[in-house]
Amino acid sequence: MIIDLTEMDAGELGVISEVQGGHDMARRLQSMGVRPGKRIKKVSSHFWRGPQTVEIDKAQVAIGFSMATKIFIEVQR
Amino acid sequence: MKTQDIKKILLMGNPNVGKSAIFSRLTGAKVVISNYPGTTVEFTQGLMKIGDARPMIIDVPGTYTLDPTNKAEEVALQMLSGGDVVINVIDATNLERNLYLTLQLLEHNVPVVVALNVWDETAHKGIHIDVERLEKHLGVPVATTCGLTGEGIKEMVERISEAKAPKFHKHSDSHRWQRIGEIIEDVQKLTHHHHTLLQRLEDISIQPLSGLPLAAGVIFCAFWVVRFIGEGLINYVFEPLFDKLWLPLIMKVSPFLGSGTFLHNILIGKLVDGTVDFKQSFGLFTTGLFVPIAMVLPYIVSFYLILGLLEDFGYLPRLAVLVDNLMHRLGLHGYAIIPMILGLGCNVPGAMAIRLLEGRRERFIAATLMAVAVPCMAQIAMIVGVVGERGGRYVLIVFATLFIVFILKGLILNKVLKGASPEILTEIPPYRIPQPRAVFKKLWMRIYGFVREALPLVLAGILFVNILYALGVIDFMAKIFAPLMTKLWGLPQEAVAALIIGFLRKDVAVGMLAPLDLTTKQLVIGSTVLSIYFPCIATFVIFVKELGIKDMLKAALIMIGVATVVGSVLNLILT
Repeated sequence: MIIDLTEMDAGELGVISEVQGGHDMARRLQSMGVRPGKRIKKVSSHFWRGPQTVEIDKAQVAIGFSMATKIFIEVQR
Repeated sequence: MKTQDIKKILLMGNPNVGKSAIFSRLTGAKVVISNYPGTTVEFTQGLMKIGDARPMIIDVPGTYTLDPTNKAEEVALQMLSGGDVVINVIDATNLERNLYLTLQLLEHNVPVVVALNVWDETAHKGIHIDVERLEKHLGVPVATTCGLTGEGIKEMVERISEAKAPKFHKHSDSHRWQRIGEIIEDVQKLTHHHHTLLQRLEDISIQPLSGLPLAAGVIFCAFWVVRFIGEGLINYVFEPLFDKLWLPLIMKVSPFLGSGTFLHNILIGKLVDGTVDFKQSFGLFTTGLFVPIAMVLPYIVSFYLILGLLEDFGYLPRLAVLVDNLMHRLGLHGYAIIPMILGLGCNVPGAMAIRLLEGRRERFIAATLMAVAVPCMAQIAMIVGVVGERGGRYVLIVFATLFIVFILKGLILNKVLKGASPEILTEIPPYRIPQPRAVFKKLWMRIYGFVREALPLVLAGILFVNILYALGVIDFMAKIFAPLMTKLWGLPQEAVAALIIGFLRKDVAVGMLAPLDLTTKQLVIGSTVLSIYFPCIATFVIFVKELGIKDMLKAALIMIGVATVVGSVLNLILT
């Protein structure tokens, strides 16, 4: 099934299927390794719609909440 | 390319891949290196040596792409056109993402050498890279390096002459990624590896349930240790030095000059109960040396030691993520905490780091918040020294007031200013054990910077005060500002002198409150207002540069307004 990044559980694995939002945002995310096809592991999500931290290619990235709602992940549940 | 033809070399790469460490290895220059993205916001240049040639090398701020998304990245792009060779520094533990910029550089038709940095960390992370094959794919020399230890740097330099500009076609974004995918597939293998202790610690500090208490603990410990070391240095080293060695000497000179004469007033200052009081006399050779060396320097040393350790360990980006939520309510995002923390040391580098923030609105909020509510370590040390004599809780009142102002002002600005705060998007570097040599080198650079830049200004400030007093300017100003001072803030009109000097140096200004015989309440109000009303001249210049004159004027009005209100409120509620 496909869910957005904020809906992933901490520790869950998945594959990025789509990044929505403007061109600029997509490009910034891409340059940090967040782009369709990449394997992704959710590391943590912070309280009150806080940033979501993920691990891609053994590197960690923190992504703001509403940005994270535009990133869709294919997960096995 | 012949080495004699190379005049200008650019060090380029993603943020936090170790460009500055390599720069420092190549030039022997002293530059600040830390473990977080955005340490270098302005370019630094130096000379290096290749054979007989002495080309200039430039440490360009980190950038993910050649399509800039913030001011630091714009700087990077502008620099590109002027370089003969680019040394593209790549984080080997993060190859795929780093190659994006590499491909863009190769498309730019500029000779490139790739430094595959952080090479030493690949092994224990389970990353294997076939360097020869990578070189074939890219068509430019690739050398493995470790900037922190210096390994491989020499070999890399030897290959600079082989740098070439392969004819890469312009790619679209998706093409670039496709190509990168193919390269990675061919050259890199990942194997499983066990989590190290540091990685477990990384995990603990980024999970909210464990990370938030840990952050509170880290901050508390940091301040405790800063105070412990600072006070220790003052009580056991610097004060005894002044009292046992310097004071007797000064007291021998004093009779020759004759107490009360102009020269005595300037050099030694006023005698208190027939002797020199280093905090109150206000002569160049008494208070002028005592304030920067015995009161401020110890805190500068201890603060930058602890900051350096936290920076090199890689803790700051994690703190940024943890406070993101709070900062959003103030119109900023979490990464804005880093300029604020730097500002606690000195507002000047803090103000420069504001460049890391993406939007104009965000930079404006961050700048005004810093100017008003983030006192620098020199000022903090003086507040601790001067207000602390009346009791620790009064120091606490000053800092608590500033903290409340920080929060309230952020909340208000966020409501009033149009637009929304951009969201955090940052890479979180791995923890690294700080290397003692690097930590002490950075500490030394920062201390040296303080002594070189602050000490002359402090002396100038004290000279200036004495001259203004002698000319009667202070008395004149005191009469003009008397209503503001006495009616609103409950301060004696003489305190205006401190406000005037505060433009020059905040630490001297706080020191000027000491001889005024103020009540504790007045002292608290005076030091708080001094923190808020305006930045010192050095910070002001940076703000004008970063914000533009128009926004700076707006910010200045806000600062003066806040100072007036906070001073008055304190005057009403404190007893």
